[in-house]
Amino acid sequence: MIELGKENFDSEIKEHQGVAMVDFWGESCGRCMELMPDVIELADRYESDIKFAKLNIKGNRRVAMGQGVMGLPSIVFYKDGEKIEHLSGEELEAEQIEEAIKRYI
Amino acid sequence: MSEVYDVLIIGGGAGGLSAGVYCGRGKMKTLVLEGSARTGGQCAKTNELENYPGIVESTGPALMDKFREHCDKFGVEFQRGMVSGLKMAEDGFTKDVTTKDGTVYQAKSVIVATGANPRILGIKGEREFTAKGVAYCATCDAEFFEDLDIIVVGSGNTAVEESVFLTKFVNSVRMVVLHDEGTMDADRTAQEQALANDKISFIWNSTVEEICGDELVNGVRIKNLKTGEITEHDTDGVFMFVGTVPNTDFLEGAVELNRGYIKVDDKMGTSMPGVFGAGDVNDKWLRQVVTAAGDGAIAAVAAERYIAEEEHWSHSVLEAKEDRLVAFWNPLDKQSLELMSQLETRAEAHSLKVVTIDTYKSRNIADRYEITQIPTVIRFRDGEALKRIEAPSAEKLEELF
Ligand SMILES: Cc1cc2nc3c(=O)[nH]c(=O)nc-3n(C[C@H](O)[C@H](O)[C@H](O)COP(=O)(O)OP(=O)(O)OC[C@H]3O[C@@H](n4cnc5c(N)ncnc54)[C@H](O)[C@@H]3O)c2cc1C
Repeated sequence: MIELGKENFDSEIKEHQGVAMVDFWGESCGRCMELMPDVIELADRYESDIKFAKLNIKGNRRVAMGQGVMGLPSIVFYKDGEKIEHLSGEELEAEQIEEAIKRYI
Repeated sequence: MSEVYDVLIIGGGAGGLSAGVYCGRGKMKTLVLEGSARTGGQCAKTNELENYPGIVESTGPALMDKFREHCDKFGVEFQRGMVSGLKMAEDGFTKDVTTKDGTVYQAKSVIVATGANPRILGIKGEREFTAKGVAYCATCDAEFFEDLDIIVVGSGNTAVEESVFLTKFVNSVRMVVLHDEGTMDADRTAQEQALANDKISFIWNSTVEEICGDELVNGVRIKNLKTGEITEHDTDGVFMFVGTVPNTDFLEGAVELNRGYIKVDDKMGTSMPGVFGAGDVNDKWLRQVVTAAGDGAIAAVAAERYIAEEEHWSHSVLEAKEDRLVAFWNPLDKQSLELMSQLETRAEAHSLKVVTIDTYKSRNIADRYEITQIPTVIRFRDGEALKRIEAPSAEKLEELF
């Protein structure tokens, strides 16, 4: 998974042709930390189909807000640089993320 | 058959982990099933923890790590699993606990400590803007609102304490309170902190009608309950602290509930024998870390007694090779005391063994045999009640032989 920040968000995601998934996370977000291993596993499994990236909101809060993300966990899908789906909430499960991935491949 | 646990604890928050410490230390084979990947429950989501006795300064997550470490020390097992069903097995003793992925665990007793989750009011825009300006957890999402203006909905302890915490990040907090000016649901200490904080202001007699925005939240429509007037306010975020709902969906039809909360007795016993409730899931008055921990301790000891009693019953009566006389008695009752000495001499003369069940200590087995009169004596053969006499006189006892 690619690590995103202010410097590379646009070049990696906004300018990417095809589907990308960004995991917005933070150290104080318990649910994000729980989901992370599953997300990494999904990334390993589907990386030939879509691009996987993660963004630690620490120091990148403005980037997240620019993407309409103001709460964690948030998993956002992009197609050709356009936001197409935003999954969020404490109850978010890895299965829901996988279902979304399958819709976009 | 898979291994049978002595105690299976559902939920790894303050209640479940406290029960775990007691069960583990009591050398019971104990498993904690936790739906999340990390234990700690709600307490692990708050930074402002000032009222757990003995812990003068700590955070919620740090305290819960200590609870967990204490369980680990006594050999409690942990498994990830979201429980979706609980039922009594055929034998009337073992319980089957099913998780969402279909795994079935067996245990002699179960402690339900599944706590609660934030209540969702269902206001227009609430779901749509979750994680886009609508938040339920200050610790998790405060950073996003640095230097911004927010609305807090609610006026209980959590709403007030989290508002104070949020002022460390945000520019301003406006609390929307249902009640008349000056009335909140929080205790006085919390209220005083909020009133003294100049970043916090109040909108009284009001509710939030709608949360508005385009991609992110940018305003709310607030209704004054007295005048019916609706006003629009700009805001960057809405934090909802309007109470919680118990996680008891999987108990529907299995144990008795009251408005979703588990009905328990003073030993944390539920309507299903050997199933106990602890912490915020219980129908009780004060939902705090210290009371959840207290419930957990009681439930653990009660579970241990329950198992001992059931195993003694099976071993000494149901599986006995010879006939047994079972006396349901109460050592504080005069008639019981007189009967016991009579019964013992007569039984000895017929070389029969007497098993006593103290109904003052526990009614579990007595209830199973619908014992209403104390004393009552039943003669058992091959695990079945053969002959039963209620409140017998000395002569009547002879009918048992
Ligand atoms: C923001 C906030 C601030 C608070 N501040 C304080 C405070 O300052 N002082 C204080 O004393 N209390 C405070 N509380 C209350 C306190 O956190 C709770 O009273 C306490 O955590 C209750 O513990 P519990 O074990 O009953 O439940 P919980 O902590 O809710 O734990 C329940 C656990 O069960 C798990 N679970 C749920 N359903 C299932 C299932 N079906 N299968 C498996 N696992 C399941 C959950 O994942 C969770 O880990 C606060 C609560 C909140 C939300």
